[in-house]
Amino acid sequence: MRTQAKLGLFLLLTPLLLWLSLLIFIPHIDMFVVSLRERIGVAEYRISPANYLTFINEPLYLRTFLRTAVMSIIATIITLLIAFPVSYYIAKIARGRARSALFLLCLVPFWVSELVRTFGWMILLRETGLISNLLQFSGLADAPVEMLYNDAAIMIGLVYTSMLFMVVPLVTTLESLPDDVIEAGYDLGGSGIAVLREIVIPHAMPGIVSGSIIVFMLSLGNYLTPTILGGKDSLWFTELIYSQFIVRFNWELGAAFGFLLLGLSSAIVWGMLKLTGQSLEKTMG
Amino acid sequence: MIPSIPQPRFLTIAYTGYVVVFFFFLALPLMVVAVFAFNDSQFPSLPWEGFTWNWFFGSERPMIGVFHERPILRAIGTSAFVAVFVSVLSVGVGLSNAFLFNRYRFPGQNLLYVFMLLPLVIPGIVLGISILVFSSRMANGIWDMAEWDIEALRPGLVLVILGQFSFIATIATLVIGARLQKFDRTLEEAALNLGANRLTAVRTVTLPYLMPAVVGAFVVAFLMSFENFNTTLMLVGSDAPLTIAMFDRLKEGSTPLLNAVSLLLMIGSSCLALLMIAFQRRS
Repeated sequence: MRTQAKLGLFLLLTPLLLWLSLLIFIPHIDMFVVSLRERIGVAEYRISPANYLTFINEPLYLRTFLRTAVMSIIATIITLLIAFPVSYYIAKIARGRARSALFLLCLVPFWVSELVRTFGWMILLRETGLISNLLQFSGLADAPVEMLYNDAAIMIGLVYTSMLFMVVPLVTTLESLPDDVIEAGYDLGGSGIAVLREIVIPHAMPGIVSGSIIVFMLSLGNYLTPTILGGKDSLWFTELIYSQFIVRFNWELGAAFGFLLLGLSSAIVWGMLKLTGQSLEKTMG
Repeated sequence: MIPSIPQPRFLTIAYTGYVVVFFFFLALPLMVVAVFAFNDSQFPSLPWEGFTWNWFFGSERPMIGVFHERPILRAIGTSAFVAVFVSVLSVGVGLSNAFLFNRYRFPGQNLLYVFMLLPLVIPGIVLGISILVFSSRMANGIWDMAEWDIEALRPGLVLVILGQFSFIATIATLVIGARLQKFDRTLEEAALNLGANRLTAVRTVTLPYLMPAVVGAFVVAFLMSFENFNTTLMLVGSDAPLTIAMFDRLKEGSTPLLNAVSLLLMIGSSCLALLMIAFQRRS
């Protein structure tokens, strides 16, 4: 019996270990090794932090990096602010059929590829687009208005694309808050704001954290939305990685960029977990 | 603010209004994409030139519809091929992981669980380049040592499948693990008492119970693979899956053909999702 259990454990461990080591750990270690190489001749390399120094010394790279981080944080905050009231409505105010219907409606756009969603915004925002035509028709503008290729367009795209990943965890945590607790808050004389601050938000914290982590990650690592809605000069860090790898074929620098992006996202995720006292198992699992 | 606590009328109306505007915001881009698939013009924009089915069924230039556009059809086939492989692999590994974390206790288990979650917090593009770097270096190393060229390690469909699998497996594990956790172990013990061996008990009692989660994980994996862009972008070779093919066209300038493809995608994925919900209701 014991040997059988051991055999079972071994059989079940094998796929997990193969997956994690061959596709996650070894590739990332290898990428780090490559990022520490400096080319000194044809197929000749030496170990040096040259690629990271290039990153620090070139203002364009550093600026793009910081800009991507700040824009992703702003996108996360906007998504949270828009999604919270809607999630609360679905979880606590809508009842029965209406609730499941609304929840399902939230999911629908995300069964469709991100490319399609971004394409939709392109049709709406561009110079010959729907909104531009609408403005001209209503007399608010007298020439075509270009609304693509700026930061606001990128922001709209990012918020739209990641909305679902905020709404779902928020609805799930808010649903588990009993109505009685909210009523008790009011009975004890709390105002609507006080109840929100003292009861609802603390209860929803795990949902807020996991939603924010996912939205931040998706924004930081997004390539499609900044490229299509932001145009050539959108300066998103993933675009730098792509161009180093595919266009310039400078894998050493590209690997360093990849590692920096990974470091930034890990640092912010870790910071967010520590700040709110949550753990990765609880928020993701 | 809950229905049992009276609120000022104005506040309730404003709140409902906000939710309505939100859903309008959600639906708007998709509606626009769908409507312009039927515009009788070379551009998916105003003015409206009249209704046409040509972007689906047209067979002559300049309006070749989806069903006559070879490269797009081939890309759909490639995507479906990749998605089936990714789903089968992910569900298989997901099942194994779910049993491992639910049924066994071993040293380092918690740490391994955290490692299993990591692919979710690694940006897709970083997953893509790390696998690209590693596999290319392996391929070069093997070539230098033995002069074997291993095609599978060069950018192409094998790497796309592995890259997508590397994070979709986590999602499959979570979906299946959640249901396994709710399983009543005494049912399995009853089967053992009735003389079944462990494998038979799992096959005839536990697996049927897990079926809704397995199907759910399969559909989710399929859709995620079909939609994936970031990881695929870095690993793609000469056979482009649909999202990459559409992206290349979008960069060159868009025709309503892309709207037509998008509309078909929307219909396809909605059907799949509805099918999954129906299946889970039944069981």
